[in-house]
This record gives sequence, C-alpha cells and structure tokens, in this order.
Amino acid sequence: MRLILLWGVFFFTFTLVCAEPQPPITLTIATVNNGDMIQMQRLSKQFGQQHPDIHLDWVVLEENILRQKTTTDAATHGGQYDVVTIGPLEAPIWGRRGWLLPLGDKLSSSYELGDLLKPIRDGASYDKKLYALPFYGESSLTYYRKDLFRKAGLTMPAQPTYGDIERFAKALNDPAKDVYGVCLRGKPGWGENMAYVTTVANTFGGRWFDEAWKPQLNSPEWHNAIGYYVNLLQKYGPPASSSNGFNELLTLFENGRCGMWIDATVAAGALHNGKQSTVADRVGFAPAPVAITPRGAQWLWFWGFAVPLSSKHPAAALKFIEWATSKEYIQLVAKTSGWAAIPPGTRQSTYRQPEYVATAPFAQLTYKSIMAADPLHPTKQPVPYTGIQVVVIPAFPTIGNQVGQLIAAALVGDMSVDEALRKAQAAVERVEERTGIPQ
Amino acid sequence: MISSKLRQKWAVTLLAWSVALLLAFPVFWIVLTGFKTETEAISRVPHFFFHPTLENYQAVGERANYFHFAWNSIVVSLGSTFLALLLAIPCSYAMAFFPTKRTKDTLLWMLSTKMMPSVGVLVPIYLIFRDTGLLDTKTGLLAIDAMLNLPIIIWMLYTFFKEVPREVLEAARMDGAGPLRELYDLLLPLSMPGIASTSLLAIILAWNEAFWSLTLTAAKAAPLTAFIASFSSPEGLFYAKLSAASTMAIAPILLLGWASQKQLVRGLTFGAVK
Repeated sequence: MRLILLWGVFFFTFTLVCAEPQPPITLTIATVNNGDMIQMQRLSKQFGQQHPDIHLDWVVLEENILRQKTTTDAATHGGQYDVVTIGPLEAPIWGRRGWLLPLGDKLSSSYELGDLLKPIRDGASYDKKLYALPFYGESSLTYYRKDLFRKAGLTMPAQPTYGDIERFAKALNDPAKDVYGVCLRGKPGWGENMAYVTTVANTFGGRWFDEAWKPQLNSPEWHNAIGYYVNLLQKYGPPASSSNGFNELLTLFENGRCGMWIDATVAAGALHNGKQSTVADRVGFAPAPVAITPRGAQWLWFWGFAVPLSSKHPAAALKFIEWATSKEYIQLVAKTSGWAAIPPGTRQSTYRQPEYVATAPFAQLTYKSIMAADPLHPTKQPVPYTGIQVVVIPAFPTIGNQVGQLIAAALVGDMSVDEALRKAQAAVERVEERTGIPQ
Repeated sequence: MISSKLRQKWAVTLLAWSVALLLAFPVFWIVLTGFKTETEAISRVPHFFFHPTLENYQAVGERANYFHFAWNSIVVSLGSTFLALLLAIPCSYAMAFFPTKRTKDTLLWMLSTKMMPSVGVLVPIYLIFRDTGLLDTKTGLLAIDAMLNLPIIIWMLYTFFKEVPREVLEAARMDGAGPLRELYDLLLPLSMPGIASTSLLAIILAWNEAFWSLTLTAAKAAPLTAFIASFSSPEGLFYAKLSAASTMAIAPILLLGWASQKQLVRGLTFGAVK
C-alpha cells in the first residue's frame, strides 16, 4: 500500500513538472550552430526588447541533425517550429511542395527586398516566389600564402586557372618542411568533397545530368576534372587528404601547412584573424580557379530563414525573420562586435559600407564571386536542374554521398578514376531508377 | 617459481585491466579534450600534457542553458523508468508465475521489436505525436523511452522473478494473500536487487537515447542529447567545446553508475551462478 502511495506521489510530481506555463507568443526557431547564428541568438535580446510579447525559444543544432528534424516536421506539418533555417537545397524544393509560406508580398516596405543579392535571392525562390530570407551567403575563393609565392618567384593572376594552380602547387610543395602545395577537400560527403569537386567538374565542362536527366558522370569532362583533382592532391596535397574537410583544412592553412587552399569564403575572416591564424598577415585572396569555362567555378551557398506553413504564429515569425535579416541587424552586429563579424553575402548595402570594405580585404572579392555565381547556368552545357555545387533535387544528398565515397576511394588509390566514375554513373542511375530523380 | 595458477591469475588481471582501460579511454580523452584549446584539440599530434583551460566550459555555459537540458534528461529518464516498471512488473510476474505455452514466444516477440530500426516507424510515431499534442513534451518523450526499454525491462525482471522460489508465494497464497499482496509484500522485496539494477540500466538507456529525443523534441523538452548535438559542426573549430559539453552531459549518469556500481553488479549477476 505504501508503495502504491509513493508511486502516486511520484507520478503527480511528474505531471506537475511536465506542465509548463507559456507566454502569449512563443516562437520556436530551429537554426544551425555556426558562429553567425550563435551571435544572432545572443543579439536577439534586442528583438525581445522591441517585441516584449514575443518570446523566442531556440533549437540550435548541427546542420545534418537540423536538416533531418526540420524536414520531418515540415513534411508532416508537425508545427514544432515557427522559423526554420534552410539553404539553397531546401528553399526551392520545400517551396514547390507547399511546405513554406511565400514571403515576397508579406514583407514590410522598409525591408528593402531589392537590396538582397540577386543570385542569393534567386536561390531562395521557386517560380519567382521568395520562400526564405537570406541571413548569410557565401561563395568560394582561392587562399594563398603571399610569402611563399614571393619566395618561389610566383605571382597569383587576377583570375587563376587550374593550369596555374597545378604549376603553383608543384613549385610550393615542400613535404620535408611540412608545407604542401595545395589543400583541397577530400572527406566524402555531398556537403564535403562534392561541394568542391562539383565546381571543378562544372568548370571543366561537366554536368551531373543532361537535358533528358541522363547521368553524365562517365563523360570525358568528368574524367578530366576528377583525373586532375586526384592527380593534384596525390602529388601536391597533404597526407590523408581523404579525411580532410573544411575544419581540418582551415587548421592546416592557419598553421602554415598549405601553399594554397580553395574553399568557402567564410574561411577568409578566420584566416585574416591574427588571434586564430598564424599566417594572418601573409594570406592572399584570389577568385576560385577556372578551367574551360568560368561557369560554376565558384559555389553559392546561403543560410536563410523560412516560415513553415504549419507555424502557429506566422505573423510573429515574419517579424522575427525580417529583423534578423535586415540592414539594421547588420548595423547592430557591426556596433556590438565590429564590422569583421557581420553576416556577409546577402545585401548590396553591406559592400557599400566603407568600414566593412576597409576591415575585410576579401569583401569585394567575395561580393564579385557571389554575383558571378549563376545557379541557373552552372556549367557550359545546358542542364535541367539548378544549383552550382548542389543539384537542387531531393535525391542529391543520396547521390552526392555515394559519388563522394567513390571519388574519395579514387583519391586514396583504392580504385582508378575510370572505375570510380563508372561506378558513380551506375550508382546515380540506380537511384534514379528507384526514386525518379526529376520529381 | 611462479605456479601456473598464479600465472593464470596475473594474465586474467592483466586482460581485465586492458579491457577496462580500452573501454574507459574514450571517456578519459573526452574529459581531457574539454580542458584543451580548440587548436590543441584538433592537433594531429595528441596532447597529453598542456595548460588546462576552462574557456570551453565557459563558452558552453554562455551558449546553452545546461540545467534546462539536464532537468529534462532527469525527468525523462526517471519518468520513463517509472512508467516502464509500472507496466513491466505485473507483466513479468504473470509470465514468471503463471506461464502459458505461448509465454516464451511472447517474450521473444517483445524482444524482436528492439530489432526494428527506429527510423522505420519515424513517420507514424511523429504523426501520432503531432495529433495527440505530444511533440516537444517531456510526457511524450518519457512515454516513448518507456516503450523502447520495456522489452529489456520485462526480460530482466522475468529472469529475476524466476529465481524467487515458487513455494514462498504459494505459502502466502495458502495464508490468504491475494495477487497484489503477493506481488508487493513478497515478490518485490525479494527481487529488490534485480529491480534496482534493472531500473539503473533503464535510466542509463533513457539518458543516452538520441534518435527519438532529437526527433520528437524542439526547445521545451530537449534533453542532454540535443545539448550535445548543438556543439558539433561541419564548419569551424568545435572539438574542445563538444568535449566539454559531452563531459557535462555524461557526468550525472557516470556519477550515478559509479555510486551504485555495487547494486548494478549484484543485480546483473543475480542468478548468473547457480
């Protein structure tokens, strides 16, 4: 009897604990845990002061877990989130499927929609309807060591080619001193090695699919691109390149181990920061290299905020995403953390700020790279898809991961480039048969 | 001259220590990495000696409300264990003392539900939670954790109950005790070490459960598994902060396991040697 009584008390306590009072409007915001978002979470107190009736609950997660959670919720209209953070792979697909609130006509006049960078805005739209407000945008750049270039008598051209990169890598490579000619992503994954490899394939004239959605991975263009990439990294790259992703390469470059590095523009701030980088005063910036076509040579990515149709408070959610992606928010970051810390790559006005341009020597180059990126025409030949380093179709993470594994296998020498691409072609065809890629 | 018996004892001791160290090393390394700088944490040369720093713990504390997540973990793991025991004790009692010819098959079927990949039932469970308003609630999460652990708890309790001599219960029955009195006044006190170890195991399993707790919760009911998940990232340096967050997340359950290791071992080996 005593036991039953004890259990009863225990259960009653749990019921009390589980019932929590709620403020009038609580917005649940699902976002990715990068530095810019964490900063925004901190500064959101200002939003709270402006809107005391809106309480913000944060779900800050690693991007793959976030993607899984938000996709499940959006697809089932679960209504767990009022604001979700999405990228160019989700915005058009989710918009087309009717999971998101179209935003264009719901924004206040003071928002200045025309100030958003066009390629980023296009990437966040489907059928000319905007589904996400970009918070941060990026492209890719070539980072190089000015001191090593000077010592080797080399000059980085205004627009390097992949021929130049190979020549420079050969000259700079000095494994005896633990300095490697070029560092590139090798870790398999659609957002890892395939982000970079697809830009190489694009500029070598390759495409993922032809106009009839037939996979093109076994084409001569892909052979040239992957052959070049594997040869370059095997000869002049750091050891164990197949395990290097963004983080590892950032550390390698910061510690003076790389002569060159081609990667996201987001790295520029870290490399230029003397507190973090040992080569801050010796790093040079150049556009991403090109081969036979400039199209698709540099990538385009953004993180933006969208409001799921299942949101319980769409009006309050709109207020929040307008605030977080506004010019005023950028000014607020500049005021509290300095111009170097602002979320870049979304607005024309950012690149007209003299303080920002003076603080960030890579700013104009980043702007030019983003503006040159054209997700509608990612390579020389016509394609039925959009996206530069991603193909904006639901199956891309699946095929990107499979092809990424095969290219990493070619990189470590487990198979030849020919075999890897033949298997990649077969893998994509299999997925296409199973899922019907264009849908 | 060392006798072969002594040699054997040394060999077994050495093997036990090697296995223990091998199992404990990842936890030790996590704790150590939590006190390094991010650059030391990602270094290709492992650093065993370094100037310890608390900056990661400070950063973790600034970014997330640890106590909110920890409280959710405590409520969910204790609540799910309580709920599972509430269902499992009568179930195991019936199976152990009033078996039918299908009892063994039922037990096996219960265990077989653990073999199904969780993702296979993700959408139906998500929809049920959505329609019943259980998404992002501790009640929902403790219910699903209870159901997840129920087969293991029933199996363990069934094994422990089988060890209790039937004659004791029969004697009580002869004296006029009903099934409830039999269960609460005789069986439970007699099987307490087994119930304690089953509870501890269920708490640990619920504490570590990640798939459902990440999928079914958002901000309000997210436990420590979600807390850890917010500190890994494909971009930026995060290993030291992730290690600090992991140390904070596993510390309570490690302490609980350490404090109750006697009961845990006694319970787990209960009836193992006849």
